[in-house]
Amino acid sequence: MTGIIIAAAVVSIVGLILGLFLGFMGKKFAVEVDQKEIDVRAELPGNNCGGCGYAGCDALAKAIAAGEAEVGACPVGGEPVAKKIADIMGAEVGNTRRMTAFVKCAGECDKTNETYRYTGVEECTVMPFVPNGGSKSCTYGCMGYGSCVKACPFDAIHVINGVAVVDKKKCKACGKCVAVCPRNLIELIPYDAKEVVKCSSKDKGKDVMAACQVGCVGCMLCTKQCEFDAIKVENNIAHIDYDKCTGCGKCAEKCPKKIIHAH
Amino acid sequence: MNLLIIAISAALVNNVVLSQFLGLCPFLGVSKKINTAAGMGGAVIGVITISSALCSLIYDYILVPLDLTYLNTIVFILVIAALVQFVEMVLKKCSPALYEALGVYLPLITTNCAVLGIALTNVQESYNLIESVISGFGTAAGFTIAIIIMAGIRERNEFNDVPESFQGMPIVLLTAGLMSIAFFGFSGIL
Repeated sequence: MTGIIIAAAVVSIVGLILGLFLGFMGKKFAVEVDQKEIDVRAELPGNNCGGCGYAGCDALAKAIAAGEAEVGACPVGGEPVAKKIADIMGAEVGNTRRMTAFVKCAGECDKTNETYRYTGVEECTVMPFVPNGGSKSCTYGCMGYGSCVKACPFDAIHVINGVAVVDKKKCKACGKCVAVCPRNLIELIPYDAKEVVKCSSKDKGKDVMAACQVGCVGCMLCTKQCEFDAIKVENNIAHIDYDKCTGCGKCAEKCPKKIIHAH
Repeated sequence: MNLLIIAISAALVNNVVLSQFLGLCPFLGVSKKINTAAGMGGAVIGVITISSALCSLIYDYILVPLDLTYLNTIVFILVIAALVQFVEMVLKKCSPALYEALGVYLPLITTNCAVLGIALTNVQESYNLIESVISGFGTAAGFTIAIIIMAGIRERNEFNDVPESFQGMPIVLLTAGLMSIAFFGFSGIL
């Protein structure tokens, strides 16, 4: 019994001495950190998601304090955090538009076909090595293996009926899923976007019809309908320019395949 | 003479990385540039030399008299962790650039098995204080030699046309293997 007590005492005394030494040296070698940096860091969410492009929240705080980054550079904190940081930095908040990720595919299991039966690794990133880029009839659509789900730090994206869907309330627009999707299906769009094109197929109309019931055939009806020149068909796929879109909904009304939706 | 043999044996013959395969994490992780490799080597020399001295003292004057030699691992780890913390503070204050360059590998010296390995080897070989310090310094110097050579080779490899399947880590590991074979040549001299 005394052996145990002596052992515990020795270890704790050694620990105590080292702790005191470190505490003392910590004071002696303290690096003056800008108070602003500490304050800014306190306001940042602390997920260290890297969505801002810096190595983590510490690095972003440093950059903001040094004036190298915008006060609203944190996509996760969005406007409330930007305001608080602006108060600390004494700067004006620019108009930060809240963004959200959006998966441009509506080809759910019952709307598309399987060209063959795939039983391999269920991971989107291996699909480019699989014949025809995966078993899905559409070679542009969401494969539903959920690499984006795994990449999302906020549990905001889920595969529902074979297609990834973003929960826009939870989405912080960090861009992790955008980067990971091998088919480049995910785009950051404004949170308040009214209309969205839910397809990414660059195939010609006939091929699209064969592959999926809800694909953009590039008929250009939406382009003709738009009064604001906000929707364009390029590479057989409609794309909305959200700087111009007013959300009138005429394109959605006219779309024969009903792939332009209210968001 | 005995001390010289200990130093050379620790630095070259029983090179910690290439013969004993300890401390591979920073050896592979921080060997991209000669500058940071040298910085890492310097930090490791500092930590290992001081920790060898402290561990030897603690072992001889605290653990042995109290008959607590079985506590050596935990006490050594405590000392090493505190030392690394200390080195981190000093570097942060004196050389922020090196601090940034070493990044996560600096706190990882704590778990660098070379550091603990040497402290335990010293005890095993029943070295006295001076022998322990020399052995520790020699080992750390050996680590530095190995990591700097590695960084030099890697810097040159950057410009070589490495086959696609060997790019990145594979070629580094192959290089490490070849270096290890080369260092095997020292094994006969002592």
